[in-house]
Amino acid sequence: MNREDFEMLKQDIIYFDNSATTLKPKSVVDSITDYYTKFTSNAHRGDYKTSLKVDTLYEGTRDKVKDFLNAESSNEIVFTSGTTNSLNMVVFGFAKYNLKPGDEVIITKTEHASNVLPWLELADELGIRIKYAPLDENLKLRTEDLLKVITPNTKIVSLAHVTNTVGDIRDLEGIGKMLKERNIYFVVDAAQSAGHRKIDVQKMNIDFLAFSAHKMCGPTGTGVLYGKEKLLEKMRPINYGGGMNNFFESDGSREYKSIPTLFEAGTQNIEGVIGLGAAIDYLEAIGFDEIEKHEKELRDYLIDKLSTIENIDVLNKNSEAGNVLFNIKGIFPQDTAIYLDHYNICVRAGNHCAKLLKEELGIKNTCRISLYLYNTKEEIDKLIETLKNSKNIFEVVI
Amino acid sequence: MEKELRREIILDNYQNPYNKKTIEDSSYIKINTNNESCIDNLDIYFKVEGGFIKDAGFNGEACAISTSATSIMLRGLIGKSISEVKELLKNYINMINEKEYDQDLLKELNVYDEIYLQPNRKNCALLPARAVEKMLKEIENAG
Repeated sequence: MNREDFEMLKQDIIYFDNSATTLKPKSVVDSITDYYTKFTSNAHRGDYKTSLKVDTLYEGTRDKVKDFLNAESSNEIVFTSGTTNSLNMVVFGFAKYNLKPGDEVIITKTEHASNVLPWLELADELGIRIKYAPLDENLKLRTEDLLKVITPNTKIVSLAHVTNTVGDIRDLEGIGKMLKERNIYFVVDAAQSAGHRKIDVQKMNIDFLAFSAHKMCGPTGTGVLYGKEKLLEKMRPINYGGGMNNFFESDGSREYKSIPTLFEAGTQNIEGVIGLGAAIDYLEAIGFDEIEKHEKELRDYLIDKLSTIENIDVLNKNSEAGNVLFNIKGIFPQDTAIYLDHYNICVRAGNHCAKLLKEELGIKNTCRISLYLYNTKEEIDKLIETLKNSKNIFEVVI
Repeated sequence: MEKELRREIILDNYQNPYNKKTIEDSSYIKINTNNESCIDNLDIYFKVEGGFIKDAGFNGEACAISTSATSIMLRGLIGKSISEVKELLKNYINMINEKEYDQDLLKELNVYDEIYLQPNRKNCALLPARAVEKMLKEIENAG
């Protein structure tokens, strides 16, 4: 749907790498161009008209994100450079000062590097323990299985909403309820879900949530950290500098601004935030119910079709989100990706930044198709046709 | 080189790579090549004695170009002196990067003389070269 909004689709390409980044609709691109051609100025600075306009758009996006997540207050929305930055803020700005040696953090082996490495670093630094919740035979996390690893020492559970590999959708509402009853902080990596399905941080009892604009039709280099107000009050900035202080003196006395500005030192990615606002408007105009329905339909269609090809292994048939992992039997996934690229079909080959998954899946690398609102059944038909004809793969890739 | 012959040599080295096995002998230098931009991950083993490459092998997962290039290069390195290895390496890297090189010196490695036409595959062809570079550095540091 809405293919006409995407300039990139006017080229002869089939774009199936939406978990990596999505294409951008014209309205998002225009919003950024307008900032650079009609009202360039810094935010939080000027007494002149264009600066005021920038302020209004920048803070207006904060309000939009608040509504988008159903947060209680706009003070709970911090702009960051992306999910990675947001999660690092939670780990090194919050967990570092609110956890003590022996405390436990629970993650899973299907998490993205950004939700693993910061925790491993903090474990070395602080002496906390990182534990992995068990996954079922389809590599999905069952809510009740979390109880198998939760102990009185568990302080944080940090999970992807939708995993970027297997594509399982975690039951955030059920998990949030369970954690709230046990006074455990709930951190959510929503990089793969924010542009695909509705999130309600209050209903889901989420304490911190991170996402990136570029995986939901927005620009790269911009993201969000949501944190409950009382928790952001306990978080310390990672960056110090302009824009986040009230005053400072040579004797060392200083006072910082209140949340969320406290966490936004230096000139922010203004074009990015404006673009994010436009992306939210764009997605909400289509409606998340529609997007979800479309992806589900495409996914089922893709799995059906792939299953008819004899030499294809599909590795996550039983997942729900629009990610499909597959391999051509006996062919290294990178060769498959290069082969498909020859026919202008963009897929990703690799471990998809989830390097712990190999311990569970037994294979290190796969090809990944990740679908989005503008993909079509016709595109899937072309992919299937190309895969069916892959006997000549080495004539193409060598 | 003729396209068919080129493909045949590459494919043969991919499907029947030279000395592809794990070598657990401490007299070998082990080099891991793990490239983030592509997903190839190979361990390469070199036995160096008296300034000569006595033996080499490799194991791991990699694409057709990386695997075949490693196979061809390792076979070509066995029996060569360190200075000959350096000369071969320089010429190989030059070829991949479209610079001047000595065609006679590279022998079978000439099958990659047109890899620059697929820029996203240059790193694949360079994978064994990076490993040899690391190996040379280790020898230098040790010596």
